[in-house]
Amino acid sequence: LSPGETVKRHHWVVRATHWCAAVLIFGMVGSGLQIYRAYPRFGDRGGPLLPQPFQDVAFPGWARLGGWLAGGLNWHFFLMWPLMLVGAIYVVSLMVSGEWRKLVFRPRDTGSAVRMQLYYLMLRKDHPPQGKHNALQKLAYTFILSLGALSVLTGWAVYKPVQLSWLTAIFGGYQAARYWHFWAVWLFVAFTVVHVIMVLVADPASLRAMITGTYRGRFTRDEP
Amino acid sequence: VTSHRSGRRAFLAGAVGGLLSACGWDGGSVVRPRLQAFSRFNDWLGMHLFSGSRLAPTYDPGERSSSFPAYHISGMTPTLADPASWRLDVGGLVERPVSLSLGEIRARGELTYTVKHHCVEGWSAIATWTGMPLRTLADAVGVQSGARYVRFDSFDADYYNGWDIESALHPQTILAYAFNGEELTPAHGAPLRVYAPHKLGYKLTKYLTRITFTDERPGGYWEDQGYPWFGGV
Repeated sequence: LSPGETVKRHHWVVRATHWCAAVLIFGMVGSGLQIYRAYPRFGDRGGPLLPQPFQDVAFPGWARLGGWLAGGLNWHFFLMWPLMLVGAIYVVSLMVSGEWRKLVFRPRDTGSAVRMQLYYLMLRKDHPPQGKHNALQKLAYTFILSLGALSVLTGWAVYKPVQLSWLTAIFGGYQAARYWHFWAVWLFVAFTVVHVIMVLVADPASLRAMITGTYRGRFTRDEP
Repeated sequence: VTSHRSGRRAFLAGAVGGLLSACGWDGGSVVRPRLQAFSRFNDWLGMHLFSGSRLAPTYDPGERSSSFPAYHISGMTPTLADPASWRLDVGGLVERPVSLSLGEIRARGELTYTVKHHCVEGWSAIATWTGMPLRTLADAVGVQSGARYVRFDSFDADYYNGWDIESALHPQTILAYAFNGEELTPAHGAPLRVYAPHKLGYKLTKYLTRITFTDERPGGYWEDQGYPWFGGV
């Protein structure tokens, strides 16, 4: 295939789970910020607090979902189910289709990730050859999948710290599990900002591919 | 093909726009009751994750938190006009209903543990609690097999809670009369309160007056307003 040709890019399962996850994560962040408002710090009462930039910050109404603590909890504990389901469907589809090979970052991708970064920093003139995803994209997508897993695990550790006390202990206890669960929010937000910018700047055709499944952009070749 | 595509675009815009406008909003009269109804599924899951024999981690008394917030729903801290006449009534689906004085409760059993308290707001604090295991009381009154729930009533306005029987009979569920080695103060629910490290704080009824074993699921002061019913951690 030569550049400019039309290729089938994303299976409908991938597209559906992508957009569902995007909307659900949006709702999870909003309801999470509503819940955070009730105790906006991390540490036992009377004890030392874990450092973070949003201590005692009340996030504005437009960023919150649920109206009050019970509302935030009910949104959060509802949306978590479709989100975990969508995440599981996506991971299974990656496995079954073998697409994970084009998506998961492996140690051998390191050199290629460095070359890609040099290109984005304008320290290298030509775009390194790439297939469906370049090494930096693999790194980003592997990171966001790991972050999803971390969010689910820390979420359960906060939800059932006695019944699942072994899980809570892995994250350093109840308040530390809340802390990591909260940091995951900002990594999701940061990823989303960079992700959207990169789609629009580096490869706008990939947005259409994630909606219709058909890609008609620069990077149509298979693995180089 | 074009209409197909614009249909999808409209759906997407609707989905995102719908969520955007949902922000800062509780879901309204349509969504809010449905979310509350869905919460029953999480209650069901909580009951299945719960083990009647799994004990909450305990701590050394030296690890106690230096502060421990307390709240009540009455305008002022609820206190008894005549503490000597206070009694705990135990009834409902039991063979031998009883009315106990604080002295009788103290004499019937004592369990002390230092555990972490989890508030629904997200704070936690370690403290030592002493009380009579509820299971000891249940054995004494002879709980009937049909009793699936327990209702706790208080003299803090109309505060009350409903529990599943399994959580109530957990070995760490106690009727506490001491906090950090001292007699329970009015702030913490004197003369007697429910305590358990496996439930959120709002499930732990303070200022206790009555315990009723029942086959109908009781609500609760906060639960009736939308907080999760099971409230187990």
